Amino acid sequence: MAPVTYKLPPLPYAYDALEPSISKQIMELHHDKHHQTYITNLNKALEVSATATAEGRLHDAAAQISSIKFNGGGHINHSLFWEGLSPASSPDAQPSAAPKLQAAISSTWGSLDKFKAAFGAALLGIQGSGWGWLVKESGTGQLRIVTLANQEAVVVGDTPLIGVDMWEHAYYLQYLNGKAAYVDNIWKVVNWKTAEARYTETREDVFKVLKANI
Amino acid sequence: MATTLLRTAPSARAALRASSVKPAAAALASTSFVRGKATLPDLPYDYGALEPHISGKIMELHHKNHHQTYVNGLNSALEQIGEASSNGNQSKAATLAPLLNFHGGGHINHSLFWENLAPANKDGGGEPEGALKSAIDRDFGSFSNLQSQINTALAGIQGSGWAWLIKDKVAGTLQVVTRANQDPVTGNYVPLMGIDAWEHAYYLQYQNRKAEYFNAIWNVINWKTVASRLEKA
Repeated sequence: MAPVTYKLPPLPYAYDALEPSISKQIMELHHDKHHQTYITNLNKALEVSATATAEGRLHDAAAQISSIKFNGGGHINHSLFWEGLSPASSPDAQPSAAPKLQAAISSTWGSLDKFKAAFGAALLGIQGSGWGWLVKESGTGQLRIVTLANQEAVVVGDTPLIGVDMWEHAYYLQYLNGKAAYVDNIWKVVNWKTAEARYTETREDVFKVLKANI
Repeated sequence: MATTLLRTAPSARAALRASSVKPAAAALASTSFVRGKATLPDLPYDYGALEPHISGKIMELHHKNHHQTYVNGLNSALEQIGEASSNGNQSKAATLAPLLNFHGGGHINHSLFWENLAPANKDGGGEPEGALKSAIDRDFGSFSNLQSQINTALAGIQGSGWAWLIKDKVAGTLQVVTRANQDPVTGNYVPLMGIDAWEHAYYLQYQNRKAEYFNAIWNVINWKTVASRLEKA
C-alpha cells in the first residue's frame, strides 16, 4: 500500500495578520519555505521507507527513521503552531477564550503570569533549536511545560496544547539575537480558543489538521 | 579556569589562552576559585571583510552579540560551579555541567571559527597546499571530495550545530564530523576547520537557502590557519 502524501495546510490567517508580534516576511518564509521543506522531505522518506519495507529491505527502511522523525515532527509541530496562533485583535487571542484551561493553569502555577514566566524561562533555556509546549499529561490530565530539541514532537501520551517555536528562523529576521522579546510578544498572538479546544477534546482531534491535508 | 576545565585540544587551548583569557581583575580576589575570565577575542578582520559571502551585519551580530553571550554564559557557569564546589556542594556543581558545555563550547567553537575564516582577497578561499593538501588527498581522494562531504554533512544537521574537519590523533587520519548545538570537538579529535550551521550564522542573508551559504563559505576559508592547526595537531 502506497503511503499517503502530506500537503502544506493553508495558514488560517493572512501572512501579515500577526504583526507586529511576528512579521509578514517571517510568516511567509516560515510557512511557504520551512514548513514545505519538512513536508517534502517527509513524503520522500515515507515513500523510500514504504518501498523498502514492501521489498523486505528492513535495513533501508530503518535508515529512513531519523528523517521521518525529524521531518514528520517538523510537519506536526508547524501544523499545530499555525493553528495555535491568532491575530491579536481577535477574541480568540484573549485568555478568556479558554476558561477551563485558565482555571487549570491558575491552580497549577498560581496565576497566568506565573505560568508565562515559567514557560518563558523554559523557552529561553533551550540550547539550540527546539520547541516549548504546554501539554496535558496522559493519565493524570495535569498540565506540564516541556521543551523538545529540534523537531521532536509531542506524539506519545501527552496532548500538546500551546507550542512555541524556538528555532532561530521563527524570529531572527525581526528580533535578531533578542529572543526574549519574541517570547514576550508571542503571548499577544496565542490562540486561546484553540488551546481550550485541545484541552477539552480528544487527543485524536488535536491532530486532525494532519489528516485534513493529505 | 576555563581552559583546563574544558579539556580542549592543545591547539584550541593555545588559541583561547592567547586571545581570550586574561588575568583576573582585583575585584575577583575575594572569590579565590575564579582565576581567569573568558573574554571575547577580537575578530582578526573587519566585520565587512567577508562580504559578499557573509554580510557585515551577520558578522557584527554573530561576533559582538552571539559570541559575547557565550562568553558571559561561560563565565557565569564557571562562577556558579566554583561557588558550589567551594561550598562543598559537588552535586550542584555537577548539575551545571550542561551550561558549561553549551557556553564553553560556544566560546571555543566561535573562537576557532573566526580564525579559520579570512577575506577572499587575503588568505580566504582557494585550495589547501603542502602537507594539508597531501593529507586531504590521502583521506578524501581530492579537495572537491572533501568539500562535497562537508556540504553533505552540513545539510544533514537536524537543528543547530557545526561541521568540522578534524584530525583523529590515534588513527592519524583526517575526518569530517558534525556536532549538535555547541558541543565542542573533544577527545582524540583535534579541530582543524569548523563551519557554523546555526541559523544565526546565515539567516539574515540567505534565509532558508542554507545550501547557498554552505557553497559560499568556501570562498572565505583560511587554509593557512587550517594548515597550521594540522602542523600542531
